[in-house]
Formats: sequence, structure tokens, C-alpha cells
Amino acid sequence: MNLGKQFKDGMLTQNPVLVQVLGMCSTMAITTSFFNGIGMGVAVTIILTLSNVIISAMRKIIPDKIRIAMFIVVIAGFVTCVDLSIQAFLPDLANSLGVFIPLIVVNCIILGRAEAFSYKNGMVASFFDGIFQGIGYTWVLLAMCIIREFLGGGTFGGGVLGAVNEAGQHVGIQIFPADYGIGMLTLPVGGFLVLAALIAAMQWALARPKKDKEESK
Amino acid sequence: MTDYKNLKLIATSNPHIRGSETTRSIMLDVIIAMCPALIWAIIYFGVEALLLTAVSVIGCVVFEGLYRKLMHKPQSIDDLSAVVTGMLLAFVCPATTPLWMILIGDFFAIIVVKQLFGGIGKNFLNPALAGRAALLASYAGAMTTWLPAGTKAAIGGGMPVDVVSAATPLAYLKTGDLEGLKQIASVGDMFLGKVGGSMGEVSALMLLIGGLYLIWRKVINWQTPVAYIATVAVLTVLFPKAGGAEYMLYSIFGGGLFLGAFFMATDYATSPVTKKGQLIYGIGCGLFTVFIRYFGSYNEGVCYSIMVMNCCTALIDKYTKPVRFGVVKSDKKEAAAK
Repeated sequence: MNLGKQFKDGMLTQNPVLVQVLGMCSTMAITTSFFNGIGMGVAVTIILTLSNVIISAMRKIIPDKIRIAMFIVVIAGFVTCVDLSIQAFLPDLANSLGVFIPLIVVNCIILGRAEAFSYKNGMVASFFDGIFQGIGYTWVLLAMCIIREFLGGGTFGGGVLGAVNEAGQHVGIQIFPADYGIGMLTLPVGGFLVLAALIAAMQWALARPKKDKEESK
Repeated sequence: MTDYKNLKLIATSNPHIRGSETTRSIMLDVIIAMCPALIWAIIYFGVEALLLTAVSVIGCVVFEGLYRKLMHKPQSIDDLSAVVTGMLLAFVCPATTPLWMILIGDFFAIIVVKQLFGGIGKNFLNPALAGRAALLASYAGAMTTWLPAGTKAAIGGGMPVDVVSAATPLAYLKTGDLEGLKQIASVGDMFLGKVGGSMGEVSALMLLIGGLYLIWRKVINWQTPVAYIATVAVLTVLFPKAGGAEYMLYSIFGGGLFLGAFFMATDYATSPVTKKGQLIYGIGCGLFTVFIRYFGSYNEGVCYSIMVMNCCTALIDKYTKPVRFGVVKSDKKEAAAK
């Protein structure tokens, strides 16, 4: 077990969104306000950690041929718990995320980590893998939310900060007038553009140190 | 020691006849061909039209220059393609577009659509049209606010005081209100450009002059524009929403059809190579334009139809590839498959 490496994998080198390119559906759809990003990120992190631990615990008794079905049953159980909890305690978040909470069942990140990591590793390692991969997912989501929200409508922290509108939701801190915002970025196409830019920046950042080393040789 | 890496050795087989055409000379021809429409825009919409074009051109050139410099790539601003993109983007925006807005369009056209895909010749969409589409998606209000016929735009962008925006002929065509359209503009007005609309698209006459100049200079082939305009003409004369042949005339002189047909659809990087391919491409553009104008939610379909066909270009090129010289008929299928 190598915590440092697991941490770095989750944050950067094996980041679920930027490198493994998993969980695209939710990444594109919900990253329009800060509040959504935090909610989705935390929900996925909790489900991922719990399902990782349980699947790791059961890995020796799960028959190989039906493992995917078993993973889904475990994941769906936790998703239902989280979904009902969010509806009960955070109705605003449940409204704005809508169907994307139940859809975590088929989120590739969770199934992917179950298959690639927790089915082969011990419970403690799987626990940390779930947390680090979940945080890796969350930070990319938050980065996309902040960029899209800021450039698209000139606000920061929508859903969490700022004045409250008639519907009782926070509208975020207005940094520049919304008329100047590039509305396209809050549309799905903006999700693709911002994600592409982030992936490119990530690849550039990951390739840089290697290049320097090669040149110094 | 000889620096072999940077020595530019060109090894080609004979004959070594070279044309005098360069990217720069072609782009210069395109700029010359756009001048009549630009002059009309300045006469009709006021000095703001010139200002908007100038800002757009400067924006495009600066973005292109900066990107090439920051990425340590060979500088490409002197091929004038960025100037053409800047002019075209200004042409497809309303004369009242705020200046900061056109710069965002420039950024999207040059950086996202053109340079990120590798620069000139490697973009799969027409940069100016993609820039317009981005602006339309972001600022639908400002991009569909049209000056009434005969009023000048305010300096710095925006509507002049005391002027209310008016519907363009395309809005009348959409609803099939030919009588209402006749009251604001005759067919002659449409042809000359005495109507509201995007800055560079209003005058079919000026665009036709520029287009004919390009065909005469052999910068573009006649196939794409003729197939495009003819398809729109045939469809609108067969299925007019009101009236008959008149509806067809209003349709082909209205909106950005001439601008799109002569200047946008003929962009080298995003249109098919063979003449047969160019015919198919022009017909496709015409079909989509009429479909969007008739059944879509937008009044104008030129921009999106050309972008859709841009995406089909690789496919058209694949299926219109001429058979290699010397290949006998029975082998044709195999050769085409390769």
C-alpha cells in the first residue's frame, strides 16, 4: 500500500475525469453552479468510498462471472441511501441535480474503480482509493463549475453565496454584469470546451517535468 | 558544419513549373472581393460598420499572432487569412454589435476553431461562421437586434437613441407574410441592399460583384456558389410559403445567402476538393438552408447549413475521389475503396 502514490493518482496522474475520462455524463451536465459541483462531488465520494470498501471485503466470495452484477447491486444500494438522504435533508440540491443522483448507479467512475481497484486490493487501500478518487473527481467538477459559472454569467459561488432570489436560492456573487457573460459556456457545448481545455492543461502540466528531465540528460 | 535540420531542401519530381499563387495572394483577392460589400455597409450603416470591421480584423490578427508566438510556432499572420476571418465575422454580425462582443467572437474563431486544430488549412469549420454561431449562442439578444432599414448604427455599437429594432425580411419570409414584406422592401431594394440585416450581407449586388471577381481570378470555382443558390432558388420556387416566383427572389436576395455562397462555403480548408464534390456540397448547403428557414426555429439557415456541410466535407471527398489514371474499369471499385 502506497498512500502517497494513491493520493497523487487520484488528484493528478490517474484523475478519474481528466485522465481516465470517466463519468462524463454528470461532469458535462451538472457543472453549471458551485453548489451543484460540491453536492455531486461529495455524493460521489461517499458512494465510491463505501462501495469500494464493501466490494473489497466481498472480493473473495464474489464469483468472477457475475461480478459486474454484484458491483451494481452494492453501488445501487448506496446510491439509494444517498439519494433519499439528499431528498430529505437538502431538497434544493435534489431539485437542481435531479436525475443525476440516481444515475450515479451507472457512473463509470464507481464501477471502474470497483473493477480496476477494489476487486483486486485490500479494504484499507480501497477505502483510501475511494476517498482520493472521489476528491479528484470533486476538484475537477468544482474547477469546471467555477470557470463555467464565472465566464458564463459573471457570478461566483452560485447556490451557496450571494443574495437570495424569489425562489429562495442564492444567486452567487456578481463579479461582472451578467450581460457580458458568454452564455454559450453554460450550455452543454461549454462543458465540452471547458473540459477539453482542462484535459489539455493537465496533459501539458504532466508532460512538462518529464520533458525537462529528458532535456537535462 | 552545415545545419541540415534547418536547410530547406525541396525534392520534387519534374516538371518544375510553379504557379505564382500563394496563400497571401489568394487571401488578398478575397479581401479585394469583399471591399464592395464593405463600402456598401459603410454607406448604409454608417462609420460604425468600418469601426466594427477594423476592430474584428485587429482582434483576429492579434489573437493569431499571440497564439503562434506563445506556442513557438512559425508566425502566420502575414498570410492574411486572419484578416479575412476578421472581415467575414464582422460581415455576419449586425452593425450594432458591441465592439467587445466581436472580440469574443474573434477569440473563438481564431483560437478555438482555427489554431487549436493546427492553424490555417487544418480547421474543420469555417472560423468566421463558428465565431458567429458562438456569439449567437451566447448573446442571442444582441445578435438578433436589427436596425430598421435606412438608419445608421451608433458609434461604439448598440442601437442609436430613439430607434426601435425592426424585423429583417427573413422574419417576413419565415411567416410567409409576403404582403408585409413588399411594404418594407421591393425585390430591387433587396438586391441593392436597402434592407436590415447583418452588416455585410444586405447587398446581394455588391456580393455578386465580389463573387464574380473571385471566379474570374480563379480563386473559387463556380460549382459551390451556383449549386448553392440554385438549390435554394429551385426549392423556394417549387414550395413557396406565399406568392410564387417573387418569394423565390426575396429568398435568394434575403439574408446571408450570397455572402455564404461566395465567401463562406468556398473556404478551401472546409469544402471538398473535387468539382463534383463541390456540386454536392453546394446542393447540401442549399437544402439545409431552406430546411432551417422553413422548419427551424431560426430565421436564417445559411450559417448552420454551411457548418453542417463543413462536417460532411471529408465524407464527400472520400466518395468523389477520382479514379487514378490507368486504372481499368473493373479495378475502379477497388481503387475507390482504397
